[in-house]
Amino acid sequence: MYTQGLDQKGQPEGERDARETPQQLAAFQRRIDAEEKIEAKDWMPEAYRRTLIRQISQHAHSEIIGMQPEGNWLTRAPSLQRKAILLAKIQDEAGHGLYLYSAAETLGVSREQMVADLLAGKAKYSSIFNYPTLTWADIGAVGWLVDGAAIMNQIPLCRCSYGPYSRAMVRICKEESFHQRQGYDILVKLCAGTKAQKAMAQDALNRWWWPSLMMFGPSDKDSMHSAQSMAWKIKRFSNDELRQKFIDVTVPQADFLGLKVPDEACVVDDETGHYAHGDIDWQEFIDVISGNGPCNEQRLANRRKAHDDGDWVREAAHAYAGKIAARAAA
Amino acid sequence: MTNKEWPLYEVFIRSKSGLSHRHAGSIHAADDQLALDAARDTYTRRNEGVSIWVVRSSEIVASDPAETAAFFEPAADKIYRHPTFYEMPEGVENL
Repeated sequence: MYTQGLDQKGQPEGERDARETPQQLAAFQRRIDAEEKIEAKDWMPEAYRRTLIRQISQHAHSEIIGMQPEGNWLTRAPSLQRKAILLAKIQDEAGHGLYLYSAAETLGVSREQMVADLLAGKAKYSSIFNYPTLTWADIGAVGWLVDGAAIMNQIPLCRCSYGPYSRAMVRICKEESFHQRQGYDILVKLCAGTKAQKAMAQDALNRWWWPSLMMFGPSDKDSMHSAQSMAWKIKRFSNDELRQKFIDVTVPQADFLGLKVPDEACVVDDETGHYAHGDIDWQEFIDVISGNGPCNEQRLANRRKAHDDGDWVREAAHAYAGKIAARAAA
Repeated sequence: MTNKEWPLYEVFIRSKSGLSHRHAGSIHAADDQLALDAARDTYTRRNEGVSIWVVRSSEIVASDPAETAAFFEPAADKIYRHPTFYEMPEGVENL
């Protein structure tokens, strides 16, 4: 997921490049308004390009870092089947990361550069992956809530104005549904189990509910780039609209499990038919995004180690490719 | 530490026999065989294909989007190539 709109302040990216003429910009906007897709080599405003590079690369990083909270339970999954399912899901996340890095590369940034920025701690990724997965029920909650929030966010992105991003999102959305269902399935089993198992499920919901709501990004009144992204049809719905939609579909699913979302204010408004929600702790969101969440350091350290440990593999593949090429030339 | 970037490959997948290969996306790989393996793992985890082509992106020759209008202009004024250009007389059937 995970188009949280992370760098909200102090970014010059909304500014117009001085070389761009009002005619060019107007022609571009006409294409967007006509629902034409923009393709990689088409003319586009620099600000549009920068916004997409930021959003798509953060999205890609989130998929890659997102493998870690789940990988934490891979060796302790309660059955061989659960282990195989979890492994397949984690492999999907790696695939999603690769689709997205490719989509970002079409905008003129290299994958090496994006990965280097992530490893250097310069790039951001979704806040949600900086929370720990403490019990097996957390794997259920991650699939149900985190992937559920991701789907809510990603379905409108399938209609994003930038062709390569929208095509990657179509592919990803097809695969996410399995992720969410396998998570809910874990919780269905736990909630039909012993008292302790059900309490474990409730505890997971308690810890993941608020961070999941934060996945939709800052409230509309604080979201500085939303209007421009909407005009460019990168974004189709506001953060608050998507968050509301997520709450409305998810609370009845919690009811079915016999679980309760940890928010006293979360009751249906008879007039609107929507669930209300209490105040979100935006300070926590800012802390986690700026590197001070429970697992930020660990996530990046693991990523760096994996990258370094894979160095000899990359080196060997490179040497082998050189040998094959030399033989073919001889 | 290797600083050399792996080349980019474009991936084309035939979803079942009888259909043509279609562009699925791209991947980086050190050589052709690894490109095929990576394309399989990245783009066909759910039986999406029965055949894969990979080709180095640098080998693809493409038309220039900035020249789109001029490039395709020769076809624009030849509406007589479409069957709807011809009005068939009343009563004539099967054409």
